[in-house]
Amino acid sequence: MSPLSPIKPTEEAPVSPPRVLQWPLDPLLTLAVLGLGIASVVTLGAATRDLVPGQPHYYVDRQAIYLLVGALFMLTLSRLDYARLRQWKNGIYALLMFTILAVLGLGHTARGSQRAISLPFFSFQASELGKVLLILALSAFVVDRARRLRERDTTVRVMLAALVPAMFVIAQPDLGSGMVYVMVGLTLLFVAGTSWKHLTGLLALGVISLTFVLVAAPAAGVHVLKPYQVARLTAFLHPTTNAQKEGYQQEESKIAIGAGQKTGRGSSANQTKLNFVPEDHTDFIFAAVGEQYGFLGAGLVLCLYALLIWRALRILVMAKDLFGSLVAGGVAAMLMFQVFVNVGMTIGIMPITGVTLPLMSYGGSSVITTLLAVGLLQSIYVQARASAALKGRVPLY
Amino acid sequence: MSTPLERVQPSDPRTTPVSPQLALRVAVLGGIAMVMFAIIFFRLWFLQVLSGEQYVQQANANDVRPLPIPAPRGQIFDRTGQPIVSSRTTNAVQIVPSALPPAGAPRLAVYRRLGALLGMRAGHIEELVIAGRNAVKYAPVTIKTDAGPGVLTVLAERQNEFPGVVQEPVSIRAYPFGEMAAQVLGYVGQVSKGELKKRAFQGVKQGTVVGQEGLEYYYDRYLRGRQGVRRVEVNAAGYPTPSSLKAIQPLAGHSLRVTLDLGLQREGERALLEGIERARAGGKPATAGAFTAIDPSNGEVLAMGSYPTFNPNKFAKPLTQAEYNALKGATSSSGEEAPAPLTNRAANGTYPTGSTFKPITAMGALEGGVINPGEALGAGQCIHVSTQQFCNSGHAEYGALDLVNALRVSSDTYFFETGELANSHGNVIQETARKLGIGEQTGIDLPSEITGIVPDRRWREHENQLQRECEHKQHSKPCGIVAEIRPWSVGDNMHLAVGQGDLITSPLQMAVAYSTLANAYMHNGYGTVVTPHLGMEIDEAKGGLVQSLSFPPVRHVHLNYSDLSLVMEGIHDAASQPGGTSFEVWSGWDQAQHPVYGKTGTAQHGTLNSGFTEDQSWYMCYVGDRSQIGQQRPIVIAVTVEKGGFGAETAAPIARLMASQWFGKPKRFVAGSSKTL
Repeated sequence: MSPLSPIKPTEEAPVSPPRVLQWPLDPLLTLAVLGLGIASVVTLGAATRDLVPGQPHYYVDRQAIYLLVGALFMLTLSRLDYARLRQWKNGIYALLMFTILAVLGLGHTARGSQRAISLPFFSFQASELGKVLLILALSAFVVDRARRLRERDTTVRVMLAALVPAMFVIAQPDLGSGMVYVMVGLTLLFVAGTSWKHLTGLLALGVISLTFVLVAAPAAGVHVLKPYQVARLTAFLHPTTNAQKEGYQQEESKIAIGAGQKTGRGSSANQTKLNFVPEDHTDFIFAAVGEQYGFLGAGLVLCLYALLIWRALRILVMAKDLFGSLVAGGVAAMLMFQVFVNVGMTIGIMPITGVTLPLMSYGGSSVITTLLAVGLLQSIYVQARASAALKGRVPLY
Repeated sequence: MSTPLERVQPSDPRTTPVSPQLALRVAVLGGIAMVMFAIIFFRLWFLQVLSGEQYVQQANANDVRPLPIPAPRGQIFDRTGQPIVSSRTTNAVQIVPSALPPAGAPRLAVYRRLGALLGMRAGHIEELVIAGRNAVKYAPVTIKTDAGPGVLTVLAERQNEFPGVVQEPVSIRAYPFGEMAAQVLGYVGQVSKGELKKRAFQGVKQGTVVGQEGLEYYYDRYLRGRQGVRRVEVNAAGYPTPSSLKAIQPLAGHSLRVTLDLGLQREGERALLEGIERARAGGKPATAGAFTAIDPSNGEVLAMGSYPTFNPNKFAKPLTQAEYNALKGATSSSGEEAPAPLTNRAANGTYPTGSTFKPITAMGALEGGVINPGEALGAGQCIHVSTQQFCNSGHAEYGALDLVNALRVSSDTYFFETGELANSHGNVIQETARKLGIGEQTGIDLPSEITGIVPDRRWREHENQLQRECEHKQHSKPCGIVAEIRPWSVGDNMHLAVGQGDLITSPLQMAVAYSTLANAYMHNGYGTVVTPHLGMEIDEAKGGLVQSLSFPPVRHVHLNYSDLSLVMEGIHDAASQPGGTSFEVWSGWDQAQHPVYGKTGTAQHGTLNSGFTEDQSWYMCYVGDRSQIGQQRPIVIAVTVEKGGFGAETAAPIARLMASQWFGKPKRFVAGSSKTL
């Protein structure tokens, strides 16, 4: 026993962790996830009963399996130390690029877009998983350059690292996921502490390029986005002028949600059930929620999302290290962006971009990816609690 | 030990608690989230709570579509209760427009496949779909009714090759006796845009099948019932989905009992056809004809028919334009106008009557004191008035005859002379003709009938005036209202006296006039101008009486009984005494039990200028009934065959066949040889 020996936590200050420390998971975060999973299955049960003839539970069964598999991934991740992933950043980034390119090369085409690789049980949408991979890889890059955040070089590199996969994903075309990538990049820089000057510059650049893509380039005959994407992006600005085309889905979705009134239409929720709102089990599932369960149900689901996002931001602050904070920030950005854009699209205040509603929308890639992201949050939470306990600080929620 | 706790190592620069900068930025993120949630909540509140009602309505308009359930149309029964018009259920091939493949090549392919199966052109199917979709939104469009079991099996088995094509049981109008009484019964069809505006079709919805002609039209508001509404939930593709929405059941139409006698009607049509065939065999064109039989005491129409005819069952399915034109009687390629099968010649034929008018002339002349019935008139072959001569048919010479014998042999010279004499007494013939029911609408319960013309001085003046005005307006172009502007002449009155000239009437009006004579004769000169009618009573679909239809007589008339007796004696002799124009036709008839008062007529059409056309064969008769009181079934029969020759050879035998049927006598077609007009 050397007198110079550092802190000896085990003997002199025995850790007597408060009982809450025994929680293996963030209870509120878990509650939100559980609630959303149940809401998804219940909503799908009613909305998809007649979608596959003779198999009323087709979608419900599959979604339940995806949720269970995702939950297993989440639990596994929560037991691991996320910090290890930082070392594998290059491998993770390489995996991200590989899967995205593989989709472009091998993927099968669904409704005119090539987004997924058919696996035996499952068609794998690389762009979904890519969200988590990108969050991890970018967070690691940013941590590496934490001391050079003021440099323009850092900002440019991080944004490029986000934009390159985003471009490939948009080319699939999956505009929604591409925008999530860009959003994740921006949020990571923001959380890490990039200067306001750089952020403002990025914002200005974004506005200019958006104007270019949506207005200037089509006018000049160059279609950066496919014309239907541009039409969809701008349709929400004038929904009634083209109610039969791009505006149709959104208009029908608004009718569905509005018709739900305070407490919903229950079994007579025909707008979504009879397929007036296309994709009411995937991208437009919020319309099904709104119609079936009304303001009450939709409000409850939104509260669960608020809880989820609040926990993500809380875990951001709790994290034991910058990497954890950034990963949590990235996940929070992903969730916020997807929830706002998706819900906004169903209620007619956001363009239609094909962004899924995390955990609610039917689809294995989306559900499992989101649960992986939640698993990371859980891991950060657990590690933060452990670290705080180690330092004798009172753990925070 | 390798618990997670022990493996924790500070691995990045941040070892201190949250920096103020991070706190600020997280707060900004949280702020953004809060603002966005607030926006979403506000928007949801606006959509669901504030404008919810409006969206509920929009949603219902989206998926609940009212589809009409056609009401079963009421049946039509003859006077004895036998169904003569009913409805039957068959399968119709329909297209659900919203469930068709997208417009363009895929949809056209479906049209082509279906067209090949149904024997229709793809273009025609497309037209039907477009027209149908414009008529009733969302409702399936009927492409073919009664397509046959083979077609339906193919459609059922190969459903996926015919997206949007469905079969639906539909009720269609059935006329089990086919062409029988077609013009009287009429036909049905979907209500047209123009008809919807008419008062008769008030409250009728687009797409409803309504009566288009005849009794089907006249009694449509009783027969059609009230259509029900099925509220169908459809999905976004427009396919109906099972739902529990309550339907409003249709109300079946009332049934109509008519005065027609099925047996007499069928015999009349058969006899008319036989007469026409015989006339044709005799080298006459006999292009068209008509008959009607009414009860002289109350105007009940016992039979009414017209040739050429059509099968109203054809209208139960969509007709092509060419088929319709043929029925309408469009001019054929040879330039000669074909007789229109849709025309009911018994009520709408516009004919001079020939000698069948003579009893009316006689009645008028007697009433007006123009002639003395015992006075012999009409000696010689012809009557000469100024430069014109008026001759007997075939320049026959009957000698001077009294009224009764003049009617018996149908002496034209007698009636020419009567017409000449009457001209100086004003309009005595015309007034009597009008009094008896000629030259006015009879009031029959059919959608249309002619008014007719009984020409007199005022009429002539009026026509002249029209001609002058027309010529003034059109300058040199011909107007054709009258051949030449000239005053009324004695010749006009003489022509009218034998039922020629400008006289225009219909077999139905003649039947009414003869009925008036007959019932006045039965009641000592006190007669009624009956309203001929077909409707008897309206019954509920299940049988209960709704309403008895009553048709009060048009007016009561009083004829001098002794004058009337002489006229009736004259036409009775014509049918029963040797030398009578239809004596041969009625040979072997029991005149004691069923005395026949009949008059032949041979109406001449056109003038010498317009070329020769065959004469129109006419026969009018009243057959009395001397059976026990209470079982009497007197009947007035009117028969005419256009271009059928002399009255005795074609029309009269048809009337005899009908009378035989009515009184249950053996039927014989006996052609007479009388060549009188």
